[in-house]
Amino acid sequence: MLSFNVLVAVCLAYVAFLFIVAFVAEKRAEGGRLGWLRSPWVYTLSLSIYCTAWTFYGAVGYAARSGLEFVTIYLGPTLVMVGWWALLRKLVRIGRTQRITSIADLISSRYGKSNLLGVMVTLLAVVGTTPYIALQLQSVTLSFAVFAQDSHVVTPESWAVTDLNATALWVAAGLALFTIVFGTRNLDVNERHHGVVTAIALEAIVKLVALLLVGAFVVWGVAGGAREIFAMTEASPIAAWDIDGGRWVSLTFLSAAAFLCLPRMFQVLVVENADERHLATASWAFPLYLFLMSLFVVPIAVVGLAVLPADANPDLFVLTVPLEFDRAGLAMLSFLGGFSSATSMVIVATIALSTMVSNHIVMPIWLSAGQGGATVSGDVRNVVLRARRISIAGLLLLGYLYFRLSGGGAALAAIGLISFVGLAQVLPALVGGIFWRGATRLGAAAGLGIGFAVWTYALLLPSFGESGAMSAAMLAEGPWGLGWLRPQALFGIDGMDPVTHALFWSMALNTLAFLAGSLASFPGPVERLQGADFVNIFRFGAGTRGWSAHMAEAEDLLIMAQRILGPAEAQALFQAQAAEQGKEGYLPDTTPEFLEKLERELSGSVGAATAHAMMGQITGGAAVSVEELMRVADETAQIMEYSSQLEAKSAELGRTARQLREANEKLTQLSIQKDAFLSQISHELRTPMTSIRSFSEILRDGEEIDAGARTRYAAIIHDEALRLTRLLDDLLDLSVLENGQVTLNERPASLHEVIDRAVSATQSRLGRLRIERQAADERVVLFTDTDRLAQVFINLIANAEKYCDAPRPVLRITVRQEPGAVSVDFVDNGSGIPRESQGVIFEKFSRLSDTRAAGGAGLGLAICREVMARLGGRIAYLPGQGGAAFRVTLPRARAEAA
Amino acid sequence: MRPPREPVFLERQTYRRRRLMDAARLLPLLGAVLFAFPLVWGEDGGSTAVRGLYVFGVWFFLILSAGLMARRLADSDAPPPPEGGDAPE
Repeated sequence: MLSFNVLVAVCLAYVAFLFIVAFVAEKRAEGGRLGWLRSPWVYTLSLSIYCTAWTFYGAVGYAARSGLEFVTIYLGPTLVMVGWWALLRKLVRIGRTQRITSIADLISSRYGKSNLLGVMVTLLAVVGTTPYIALQLQSVTLSFAVFAQDSHVVTPESWAVTDLNATALWVAAGLALFTIVFGTRNLDVNERHHGVVTAIALEAIVKLVALLLVGAFVVWGVAGGAREIFAMTEASPIAAWDIDGGRWVSLTFLSAAAFLCLPRMFQVLVVENADERHLATASWAFPLYLFLMSLFVVPIAVVGLAVLPADANPDLFVLTVPLEFDRAGLAMLSFLGGFSSATSMVIVATIALSTMVSNHIVMPIWLSAGQGGATVSGDVRNVVLRARRISIAGLLLLGYLYFRLSGGGAALAAIGLISFVGLAQVLPALVGGIFWRGATRLGAAAGLGIGFAVWTYALLLPSFGESGAMSAAMLAEGPWGLGWLRPQALFGIDGMDPVTHALFWSMALNTLAFLAGSLASFPGPVERLQGADFVNIFRFGAGTRGWSAHMAEAEDLLIMAQRILGPAEAQALFQAQAAEQGKEGYLPDTTPEFLEKLERELSGSVGAATAHAMMGQITGGAAVSVEELMRVADETAQIMEYSSQLEAKSAELGRTARQLREANEKLTQLSIQKDAFLSQISHELRTPMTSIRSFSEILRDGEEIDAGARTRYAAIIHDEALRLTRLLDDLLDLSVLENGQVTLNERPASLHEVIDRAVSATQSRLGRLRIERQAADERVVLFTDTDRLAQVFINLIANAEKYCDAPRPVLRITVRQEPGAVSVDFVDNGSGIPRESQGVIFEKFSRLSDTRAAGGAGLGLAICREVMARLGGRIAYLPGQGGAAFRVTLPRARAEAA
Repeated sequence: MRPPREPVFLERQTYRRRRLMDAARLLPLLGAVLFAFPLVWGEDGGSTAVRGLYVFGVWFFLILSAGLMARRLADSDAPPPPEGGDAPE
């Protein structure tokens, strides 16, 4: 016998197992060992979140009520998947090249990165999905109740129906926890969640196996074989074919539309897609999954109708039929199947919705609230992540409240199709957007608005029942007695099934408004560019355009990118781009290509509209130049543009020219420096020489000098001689390093100790400078010449002490482990080094300010650079950190050699 | 200046591939028509069980055809570099 405690224990164990699977998958993904995580099978299985608890339990109930009609819910997606070449392939390609984060993002991005459309789709999705989440909570609690109330089960006294609400609350809380832990771990630039996808793939297997086993049991265990079940079906109450043709066709269409437009389906189909080729496998494997899921639905319904009492809820046949035959284990498995269906849907739906809410509602508000001018420093990622976590919890709370307020019951069961119709309103804007360049923002907004309104009026509000939002009189007579406005018989068309009726009118009016609005309006420049990109995605790949060149400072862009992508990723991106342009360091030229690439990178994290707005703030908003518009107008120009050889050549030439220009600039500066070097060195030598000479003359000639003065003069001579020696030492050191004659004394040492040594060596002259360190990060063992490394560190600390002009100078030392290297950043809070000087600070005698008070000869950084080169690492100036910042990089090979 | 014209005649292999793509685009239409058939059979066109067998039969046929086409399409379609890189520009 299955006690209730066993049920709860198995359920908890299953949940714990899912946590572990998700955790392991995340760990593997982090370590870059993706392997099977990226297989087309995981992708196919993840699509199975289409089969929610509504389909797992509800399909059998549906079949028991209206025969074969349930199958239409699966036929639509089958047709879409089988026709992947025509539609899905394009959708996925667009999603990948444009870094689309959600369906709202796709619509917003296509129609000129319009935030209005993003908000509309987000609202539609929230309104359409909340009841659906409530439905999942209901199905889990109902299935719990089956076990609690069933006579076969030992029921504890305390368990009563009122506890259903508590169950729902616990399930909602658990789901929120799982989703927050694995759905918002980080702000992935590709918006992929390996842990979540793996867990739902596993759940997909559980629900398929559960349904197949129950089906096999029913066919061969109860009925006694395929022939017998066929005979039973012929004899059952649902034997007669009694299906409304209009409903059959419209439900097939509706499920196909919903398959494309549901936020959670878009999430797994497009956003989580790791490789376009997976689509080819899923194109037949997913229909096969649906086929298997529905294969035994009619047999289970038929047997349930035959063996169970007439008042049994057919929605729960999947559970109650095995229980009727005392198959507790099978019932348990089937319970887990239903549980999996409900949880996986809720998890993905809340992730998708939270992404939409954070990117299209929270971020725009946060940006315009002024917290956020794009140039301010501070990490945006935390804002985004927090917004997502709060919205996940909020959505589940909303679903729970809806469940409580609607009271469970049959009204909720009907919500599945109602929700489908609501979300299908996105379809005209979606399909029109990727196949028709003439589709405009106004058209899309009009279509969405009207579709949303008709859906609410004709389907959603009446669904709350006569006591709900609409009175019985209004349903029967129409508002103010206007018969042609009756919610379920618009324009006098009576006698249609309510869902078909609402679908017909909402889609018809939506499409009409979309087409009329698009034909009548004129799209803006960004919109036309995006339209051309989306529609012609296979012809040219994504064109690179959108921003005018030289409007933005690379450093400002870096500051912004660091806040969204994280410092390490942003710096790597900028460095790679600079290297591609043939430049060194972290600041590439702000070419239109680079701006476009950066914007797409950012939109992978915060959505196209927000990314566009942030870029606009920095570049001054001039988004599209005249030539680029002409390119859109003129197809011929586009083709010429892409004649590949020319492009490659001109890119090559551009790169060479840039390198030459840089080399030339450097040579000119070097030659100036050479002259400066000569005059400088004579000056540097001359000043101490002069004072040594004059004071020694005084000592030689003056006879009446008292002892005090004599000591003072001798001390001056000594000091100046020391300074000369130091200067000569530095010069010698530098020339030894430059000629490569230096012998390194390499040995294993802790980075922490080396930094300690450097800090204590500078302690005496630190003055007001405060040093911040993260001791834990510094525990890295290096194999290096510690004396030389310490020399570099000492130099950097001393520089910060000398030049940092903040009223309360602080030097932050951060150690970061990168693949293949360890980097140590020295960042102070002063005003930093101006852009034009950043290129020369590592040259000899380059002292930026002429403050001789600083006392050095301007050789320090030049020596540092040479030392680092000998140690196999490098030192570079790190722009965009809010002060002067230097990054010392040591190769990992040396770090690990120890 | 005129854009370069697409050639009128294609290599046999390329021609076959183009037609395969056409077939892949038409398959869902065929499926939709076949799925709608039970509706026009009328009252005595068979019981739920008989029409159910028909629907599942069509369904399985679609899965098989899609599987066969997907393999050949995936082989012929040069996909963009997976992951990391952007699409070719």
